[in-house]
Amino acid sequence: MATTPNKPTPAGKPATGKEQQQGFVYLPLIAGWLVPGAGHFLVRKPIRGVLLAISIIAMFVISLAMQGKLYTSAQDILSLLGMAGDLGSGLLYFVSRGLGLGAQPTQTTVADYGRVFIVVAGLLNVIAAVDAHNLRTGRKN
Amino acid sequence: MQPSHFLAVLLFALFASTVFGITMRDTPRRMVRYGAYCFVLFVGSVIVFSWVMFLIAR
Repeated sequence: MATTPNKPTPAGKPATGKEQQQGFVYLPLIAGWLVPGAGHFLVRKPIRGVLLAISIIAMFVISLAMQGKLYTSAQDILSLLGMAGDLGSGLLYFVSRGLGLGAQPTQTTVADYGRVFIVVAGLLNVIAAVDAHNLRTGRKN
Repeated sequence: MQPSHFLAVLLFALFASTVFGITMRDTPRRMVRYGAYCFVLFVGSVIVFSWVMFLIAR
């Protein structure tokens, strides 16, 4: 019973809305990456922004509470991919690194789940930031 | 914090489904429907594969 996906705006069609014609078009993308949900606030979708922020931040915080590990170096390809996922969380990642959170080695299964939660939270944040960019450019309503 | 494995699944499904619903659909009604659809698929597939692994291990 999956609903049909979004229909893209036909190529060449200008973005709708006056505010979408002016300003730095990548601002919602960058803001959404740095702060989860911020991109949607910039495109005046505050409810979506709040829900995204709650989901991504809660996932990140819960994963740290589960003693999930933050990737801090890219010594092999898997670590590189994990670190790329972690970096998707934006400021959450840098602040946590700065506070020394997520530095303990993984010792339990739940802590390993936490490590994965952090990566997934970053990837979900990237999806949300790209969605804000699509709203900004008019590709999505 | 040491949640059970199933609670971890529920949290994962809830957060991921929320983001999927909001980002993959364009009207609130369709967002809710798609989010619920993803949630059911996440949790349902976990339950099914858990039983499969249980039966294989016997």
